[in-house]
Amino acid sequence: MEKKTRVVKLLQGNEACVEGAIAAGARFFAGYPITPSSEIAEGLALRLPKVGGKFIQMEDEIGAMAAVIGASLAGLKSITATSGPGFSLKAENIGFACMTEVPCVVVNVMRGGPSTGLPTSPGQADVMQARWGTHGDHPTIALAPASVREVFEATVLSFNFAERFRMPVILLLDEIVGHMREKIEIPDPSQIEIFDRIKPSVPPEDYLPYENHPSDIPPMANFGEGYRYHVTGLNHDERGYPTMKAPVVAAQEARLVRKVERYKKEILRYEGVSLEDAEIAVFAFGSTARSAKLAVRQAREKGIRAGLFRPLTLWPFPGEEIEELASRARCILVAEMNLGQMVYEVERASHGRAPIGQINRADGELITPDQILERILEVSR
Amino acid sequence: MSIYHKYLRLPMFPNIWCAGCGDGMVLKALLRAIDRLQLPKDDLCMISGIGCSSRLPGYVDFNTLHTTHGRALAFATGVKLARPKMTVIVISGNGDALAIGGNHFIHAARRNIDLTCILFNNLIYGMTGGQYSPTTPRGQFASTAPYGNIETPFDICKLAEASGASFVARGTAYHATQLDKLIEQGMRNPGFSLVEVLVQCPTVYGRRNRSGDPVSMLKWQRDNAIGVKAAEKLSPEELAGKLVTGVLFSRERPEYCQEYEKIMARAQGMTSTPS
Repeated sequence: MEKKTRVVKLLQGNEACVEGAIAAGARFFAGYPITPSSEIAEGLALRLPKVGGKFIQMEDEIGAMAAVIGASLAGLKSITATSGPGFSLKAENIGFACMTEVPCVVVNVMRGGPSTGLPTSPGQADVMQARWGTHGDHPTIALAPASVREVFEATVLSFNFAERFRMPVILLLDEIVGHMREKIEIPDPSQIEIFDRIKPSVPPEDYLPYENHPSDIPPMANFGEGYRYHVTGLNHDERGYPTMKAPVVAAQEARLVRKVERYKKEILRYEGVSLEDAEIAVFAFGSTARSAKLAVRQAREKGIRAGLFRPLTLWPFPGEEIEELASRARCILVAEMNLGQMVYEVERASHGRAPIGQINRADGELITPDQILERILEVSR
Repeated sequence: MSIYHKYLRLPMFPNIWCAGCGDGMVLKALLRAIDRLQLPKDDLCMISGIGCSSRLPGYVDFNTLHTTHGRALAFATGVKLARPKMTVIVISGNGDALAIGGNHFIHAARRNIDLTCILFNNLIYGMTGGQYSPTTPRGQFASTAPYGNIETPFDICKLAEASGASFVARGTAYHATQLDKLIEQGMRNPGFSLVEVLVQCPTVYGRRNRSGDPVSMLKWQRDNAIGVKAAEKLSPEELAGKLVTGVLFSRERPEYCQEYEKIMARAQGMTSTPS
C-alpha cells in the first residue's frame, strides 16, 4: 500500500483557501489588496511561483478580474480574491466570464456595510450581489463554507464547478470564516477529486467553441493549443462570432442559464442537523451556522424540537429542499448577518407552507448562539 | 491569394467600419507586419476592448479576444503571463485606452510587459456617435461638446514614455508603408510597445468639424505629419499643429514576464521562506 501523507495544520480560513487553490491545481492569481481577504493574495504570492504558477498584483480590482479571465483562456486555472468594494468592481468582468464561459474562481471575504462599511468586521450582505451583481441574465454558483476545513473543500469544489460548467464560481467567506483559526487536516493529493476542463476532440477546423452541445457545456480549447477562435462579450453564435439574430441569441442565453439549472442536483450541497422531527428549523450559512448549530443543540436540551438547515451552495438555491422543510416544520427562522436577504429566497421557496421568521444583525458583530436560542424559545411558546 | 486573405476570417465580413474610415488601413498594415515576422497563427493572440477599432480582432484568424471597455491590456496581461511565448497584440482606441482604460494603460507600460498596443486615435468616440474623448483637440466639436471642447488632450506617446514603455512610435493611416514598419518594430521589441496611429473618422468627427471628405482628412495627415529627424530641426513654434511621426522613443528595460521567470526560479530554489 502506498504511503499517504497526512498533514495537520492550524490555519485561518483565508490560508485554507490558499491550500485548497493549490490542491485544486490553481496556477494563476491576480488581485488587488483589500481587507479582509489580503491573506489569500499574500499566501498565493508565496506559494504559486514554487509550483510553477503565476501571481500578479494588478492596478485595480477590475484589471485583476480581467487578468484572471485572460490567464484561464490561456489554460491556467485562475483565481482572484476580494471583499465587498472590490466585488462591486469585479462585477463587470464576472459578467464577461459568464458570457464567454471562462472558468475562474472569485473569492469574496464578506465584510460589513455598503460602500467602505466595516473593513475589518464580518458581514453576510453580499449574497444577493453574488447572484445578481453583474448585469443581464446569467447563471450563478456561489458557495458559503462555515469552517476552515470546509473552506479548503469548498475552494477545490469551486474550481471543479468552474471547470465542469465553464463559468465563474463565487466563493463567499465571511470575515469570521476567513480569519478564524482551526485545525485542518490537508488530505493527500490522491484523495482529492479534481475536475479539469473538457477539451475538444474534433479537428480545429470543425471546432465550435460555443456549440449548442447535448451536455449544454461545449468543450473548451485553450488559447495557443491549435484551436484559433473568437471570444467576445457580445452575444455570439456557435462559432463565437457576434450576432443579433434573435433565435441564435435566444438559444445562447437559454443555454447559459440552463447549465446550472439542469445540473442543480449535482451542484447542491447542504447539511441538515436534527431536521428529521424539527418543528422549528433554523436556516443559516457561513459563520452564522456555527452559532445556529449550538443554539439548536441548546434548544434540544430544553426539549424543543429544533433543527438546522445549512446550505453550502447558496446559489443555485436549494428551493425544493426548503419547500419540503416548510411543509413539515412549524416555522423557519432565517439567521444572517445582514438586514434580510436570503430570507426572501426562503420565503419564495416555502410557498407559504410555514411562517418565516428573521434573525438579523448588521453592526459588524456576529450573531451569537444566545440571540438565535432566544428567538427559538420565543417562537416555541 | 493576397497576404491579407491568409489572415482574414472571411465569414465575419463585411466589417462594421464606415466607408472612408481609417481602421481598415491600419488592419492591412498590421497584417503586413505580422506576415513579415512569419509568426504561426496559433502563437499569436489579438485582444481588444470596446469601440470601432476593437472590432478588429474578430476579423483575423488568430486567438482573438474582444473584451470589456478599457480592459484589453489587463486581459492581455493575464494571457501573456500565463503563456509568455505567445505574441500578444492589443488593439485599442483613444477612448478605450485613455479614458475608461487609462489606469491599465499606464500600468501595463510601467511593468514593461511584452505586449504591443496599437492605439487607434480618431480623436472621438466613434461607435457611440461622436462624443468628445481624451484626445479631442481643444475647441473642436463633438456631440457632447456642442459649444466646443474645453479639455486639453493627452499626448499619448509622452504618456506612454513617462509611464515606462520601452518602445513608443506614432504613425498615421495615410503613411501606410511607414506604419507597417513601426508595428513590426514594436512587435520585435521585447517589452511594452505603443504604436499610436492617427486614423480619420469622417463620419462622426470629420462631418462635425468640417474636415471634408475622407480623402481631405488623409491629405491633412500627409501635410501635417513630420518625421522625427525633420522635427528635431524645428523650433517648438514651427512644430505647433504638426504631428511628429516615427519611433519617438525606445530604451531597454527589464521585461515583466522574464522577471517573473526569475522569481519562480528563486522561489523553487528556496527551501524555506525569508523571515
